[in-house]
Amino acid sequence: MMRIATYLKAAAVIAAAFVHQAHAEEIAAPLGDAANGEKVFRKCASCHAVGSGAKNKVGPQLNGIFGRTAGTIEDFRYSDGLVREGKNGLVWDYEHLDAYLDNPKALVSDTRMNFRGLKEEQDRHDVLAYLRQFSDSPLDIPEAQPTALPKEVELSAEVLAIVGDPAYGEYLSSECSTCHQRNGSDQGIPSITGWPTEDFVVAMHAYKEKIRPHPVMQMMAGRLSDEEIAALAAYFAVLGD
Amino acid sequence: MKLNRRSFIAAGAATATLGAPSLRANTKPRVVVIGGGAGGATVARYVAKDSKGEIDVTLIEPTRQYYTCFFSNLYLGGFREMDSLGHSYGNLAAGGVNVVHDWAIGIDRDAKTVALAGGGSVPYDRLVLSPGIDFVDGAVPGWSTMAQNAMPHAYKGGSQTELLRAQINAMPEGGTFVMVAPPNPYRCPPGPYERVSMVAHTLKANNPKAKIIIVDPKEKFSKQALFEEGWGKHYSGMVERIGPDFGGANVEVNPDEMTVNVDGEVIKADVCNVIPAMKAGKICEMAGVTEGNWAPVSGHTMQSKIDENIHVLGDACSQGDMPKSGFSANSQAKVAAMAVRGALTGSKVFPAKFSNTCWSLIDTDDGVKVGATYEATDEKIAKVDGFISQTGEDADLRKTTYEESVGWYAGITADMFG
Ligand SMILES: Cc1cc2nc3c(=O)[nH]c(=O)nc-3n(C[C@H](O)[C@H](O)[C@H](O)COP(=O)(O)OP(=O)(O)OC[C@H]3O[C@@H](n4cnc5c(N)ncnc54)[C@H](O)[C@@H]3O)c2cc1C
Repeated sequence: MMRIATYLKAAAVIAAAFVHQAHAEEIAAPLGDAANGEKVFRKCASCHAVGSGAKNKVGPQLNGIFGRTAGTIEDFRYSDGLVREGKNGLVWDYEHLDAYLDNPKALVSDTRMNFRGLKEEQDRHDVLAYLRQFSDSPLDIPEAQPTALPKEVELSAEVLAIVGDPAYGEYLSSECSTCHQRNGSDQGIPSITGWPTEDFVVAMHAYKEKIRPHPVMQMMAGRLSDEEIAALAAYFAVLGD
Repeated sequence: MKLNRRSFIAAGAATATLGAPSLRANTKPRVVVIGGGAGGATVARYVAKDSKGEIDVTLIEPTRQYYTCFFSNLYLGGFREMDSLGHSYGNLAAGGVNVVHDWAIGIDRDAKTVALAGGGSVPYDRLVLSPGIDFVDGAVPGWSTMAQNAMPHAYKGGSQTELLRAQINAMPEGGTFVMVAPPNPYRCPPGPYERVSMVAHTLKANNPKAKIIIVDPKEKFSKQALFEEGWGKHYSGMVERIGPDFGGANVEVNPDEMTVNVDGEVIKADVCNVIPAMKAGKICEMAGVTEGNWAPVSGHTMQSKIDENIHVLGDACSQGDMPKSGFSANSQAKVAAMAVRGALTGSKVFPAKFSNTCWSLIDTDDGVKVGATYEATDEKIAKVDGFISQTGEDADLRKTTYEESVGWYAGITADMFG
């Protein structure tokens, strides 16, 4: 039960971010403070360079990151999943960067960015305001790239209290195994086994909200209720034990 | 239907009380499945796996090696070898399914037994039929299964597909390949058009002056814009389609002469692929569960509307909005497996959910897809949401889509056969 409670909390965090974006257009003032963002960026700087002459390090350099298709800097070796998401249409705009910084694995399951994520919303806004200066048309976001994605997530406390039914999750998971192999094969279709349950829940919400690209997964997750995501999570949690 | 806790708890409870009386004292409940394809292999595997020995599962399937129709077009295009499309039943047997390699030749619905061609009969508490399709007699005048060597359908897996490939490879230079396309509904709506793409791919390499003519009784067809765009791009001038406006619905063939008569005009064919109108596999008719060409079922459980002890899956059933595909049959099998277990052992039953995605390959690394999700209503299986690839997509996305289809093939066959 503990574990279920923990990852539902994670879902709530990302949901809160979505709700925030839903109102993004109403917010006229810049969301972040670039000066503070420069300080926050120190957490990133051991792997990423930005600014004049920036080179790839452990992670790719971040000049021109806004508007770039994911996984497309030449000479940088990305994970397969990151390249795949790029081909699926993942473009680094404000909301995708925000979601990625919140929890990298929710957006790209096998990313090599071994970073827990910036859990403070304001930190993300600040660091993005800082990075925005090194991309074309350095307007502070989100006005530069309007968010056209529909948002309607609202996970109330009541919904979060749902305890998933593993038997139901087992039935629902049979829909996954038409494509995703239980032996963990990663040929053409990503593996979903041995995946931390928290990332799983967050990723399903990211598909459901069409933050994470891929038409099949958006469709499959799109019709899962919060109860059903909880049920799947409960099933996968039991599987993992 | 919107799921809420109350409705599915109620559904579970209802099944539990209905399920109890069908338990017979001291014997394990028996499920018999006819047909070991996309629907049948999946349902047998899931009932055996999830009932953990509480249900006796027998699968009746005449062939020892099942050759999938899915990806058989890729074999025609030279992207797959036949061996890679064959699957045997060893893992199902190891997983507790009693696999009987025989034909079912009759069903006694009162005695609840299935008669086998090899003699003897098998009793059931629940019977699942997933026999795929047969062809409607006389659908294409001049053609019958007697003529299937001269004019193959290649719409059942294995030897027919091999025959068609051999004929394509033996075509004279600049020869003509004619496809007589089927009317709706039929298995795999994009199948004939993916086939045209794959045949064109082979001919472009080996026999570039050859022509492909599609004689089609339908106004429009699945993924039409995507296929037509691809044919123009990759096989310009090679493919011609004669739709109903130009007599495509008025066709007669002569297998001895290798001619196709389209609305009075005679075409000489070097290879003629006749895909006739389809109906449920004959055993459904013999069981008396068909209305017209197909077996009507309830989407909640995949139970026959004529006999509640029989479930019908896959191509053979008529259910509503789902296309007849391997993906659909596999999806329906999971709903049926849950319903059967609920009825026989009282296990929990949840609201049925279905989905389908059909990938098609147009040329090397040029894959497209169409898909949808479905739910059961009292009337039918109804579409909820869907998507389709777009024309003009970039090459990277098309390549990813193709790679995804290869992953899907591995996934679904593992899901069917264990
Ligand atoms: C060219 C082509 C391409 C296709 N491509 C795709 C694709 O890309 N994706 C997709 O999802 N689908 C595809 N399909 C469709 C897919 O093959 C079918 O929809 C699917 O196989 C249907 O499953 P089924 O269980 O109803 O029947 P089948 O898979 O045909 O299985 C029926 C089985 O029943 C057995 N049987 C029949 N009668 C009896 C009897 N009396 N006793 C015992 N056994 C019996 C048969 O031997 C057979 O093994 C394609 C089909 C074709 C022809």
